[in-house]
Amino acid sequence: MSMPDNYLEYPARRYGMDHDRYEWSDLFKRKPIAWSNGARIALSIVTHVQHFPLDMPSKPFKAPGALSMPYPDFRYYTNRDYGNRVGIYRVLRLLAEKQLKTSFAINGIIADRYPALVQAVVEGGHEIVAHGLDMGKVHHSGLSEDEENRIIAEALRLLRETSGQKVEGWLSPGRAQGFNTPDLLAKNGVTYSLDWANDDLPYEMRTKVGPIVAMPMAYETDDRVVADEYFQSEADWVQQVKDRFDVLYRESAEYGGRVMSLPLHSWVSGMPYRVEYLREALDYILSHEGVWNAPAGEICAAFRSAG
Amino acid sequence: MAAEANPMRSDLGLYDYLPWPNRPKIVWPGNKKIAVWIAPNIEFYEYDPPNNPTRTPWARPNPDVLQYSHRDYGNRAGWQRMMAAMDRAGFRGSVSLNVALCDHHPEIIKACADRGWEFFSHGIYNTRYVYNLDIEQERAIIRDAFETVRKHTGQELAGWLSPALSNNFWTMDILAEAGIQYTCDMFHDDQPMPVKVKSGKLISMPYSLEMNDVIVYNTQKVTPRHYGEIIKRQFDQLYKEGDESGTVMCIPLHPYLVGQPHRIDAFAEAIEYIASHDGVWQTTGREIAEAYHASGAYDAMNAAMSAHNAANATEKGIR
Repeated sequence: MSMPDNYLEYPARRYGMDHDRYEWSDLFKRKPIAWSNGARIALSIVTHVQHFPLDMPSKPFKAPGALSMPYPDFRYYTNRDYGNRVGIYRVLRLLAEKQLKTSFAINGIIADRYPALVQAVVEGGHEIVAHGLDMGKVHHSGLSEDEENRIIAEALRLLRETSGQKVEGWLSPGRAQGFNTPDLLAKNGVTYSLDWANDDLPYEMRTKVGPIVAMPMAYETDDRVVADEYFQSEADWVQQVKDRFDVLYRESAEYGGRVMSLPLHSWVSGMPYRVEYLREALDYILSHEGVWNAPAGEICAAFRSAG
Repeated sequence: MAAEANPMRSDLGLYDYLPWPNRPKIVWPGNKKIAVWIAPNIEFYEYDPPNNPTRTPWARPNPDVLQYSHRDYGNRAGWQRMMAAMDRAGFRGSVSLNVALCDHHPEIIKACADRGWEFFSHGIYNTRYVYNLDIEQERAIIRDAFETVRKHTGQELAGWLSPALSNNFWTMDILAEAGIQYTCDMFHDDQPMPVKVKSGKLISMPYSLEMNDVIVYNTQKVTPRHYGEIIKRQFDQLYKEGDESGTVMCIPLHPYLVGQPHRIDAFAEAIEYIASHDGVWQTTGREIAEAYHASGAYDAMNAAMSAHNAANATEKGIR
């Protein structure tokens, strides 16, 4: 047996990346970012608000958190929906108490199903980020450009109409993209995405219609990842969030501003037994001097004007 | 039909049994008790790799941007933190290198080379496996690795960790034939052991699955602070046993994992703990292999295995 010759050919083996979306860059050798108000850390809290359709397809893959019991999966359909009915309001109340302005990444279909939820987020002074259409509509290269464009346009339309906001931020379900996704996002007026997990600072990505910013969002300290993939305790989650903050805060003294991202899920951190751990994490971060909290879109704008 | 032509084997057949007690004593340079080496896997995973019928590179269809970007984090942000922690504790790295990284990110290679780190080969890309290659194709990969590392660093490869730990039965033979001195692909011992190859001399170097951050974080899913704890406990035990005969401890790393902000301090503290002990040889894979030969341990272990085999055969005959 052997493999075809081209298995040993490497057409993208060259300096820098093996694609054209962005240049390689060393986090520690960049021009330091000075956040406009002298802050050391920009705190970017992004709460996922998700709808998992009962009939969500399993091909080509399921987004994390997907229903996993035999159809009809009452168990996880309702558990995830708990986040939309109850959990999110606990998170919103805590954020209001702390006077934090954050981002909520919301599946477009939520605007149609639960406009009151979107209104509550808007009234809380938060930014709406489009989180695709629903958790069953994952983005991948098997979609035609037209199909994918329809999903993106529909998600943005629903959220823009319901919220009255411009909605320029994007988070794909499962942070999954196809080859065309950044181009289609930019075409639809999206200025930044939260999908790529390769940096602690924003950076620019190329698209066919101009740049889009990749905003940092932690992957391994995401509340769902820690709870549902690592099966670690709430205390372990808080410890890792604090440890993450400590290192970024320390680095900011030497290397310039950093972004501390805190990805949350209304159906995870909004549980009664978890929400006080979220308070502990927030209290810890906010006890430090030089923490600037803002929605991801504002941090993105500050990055752009700093550049 | 195919199965008959190429039946599966029940045994790797690459090493002989040798019980842990009463082995020939290993003496490390300077009578150090334990050789500790750190092996950062500096890797490049491709955005749009070709498929291999035995293993699909990404769980999602190409491009799997979440997993791709997670790996890419190591080459943008993670490696610097990992390197700073190692500098502080006085450790050089033995880099398990996807050699295409020399082309993609020469800046990282230079930073490692400037510190006197060793480079060993981890294949071309971590998304190209040796499964289903024929022996000549696999030899071409070995040649490519030698040439690339020589061209970019001036170093002659001594060690090998197969890309994504993919292997064929002939892999060890053709590594030894090409002049590789040690393999990191086998986990059967806490001491270097001779490997049975057709030509040359090949050592199985203790690497480690369970100290490997990719196993710890992606498979066992432990917390960063617990990782720090198990590194220290692993060291404590091997350090103690090093009174009797030299031991080896390896910490295999991946900058995209250990170099995350929430993980780096626990790791840094653990390796500073190791470095604070007397009798610790902070070394590299190549140096351990050289000392293993120079001290006579390679020949002594081979002789001990032959003696054990012979005794075993006699006993079987009596039974």
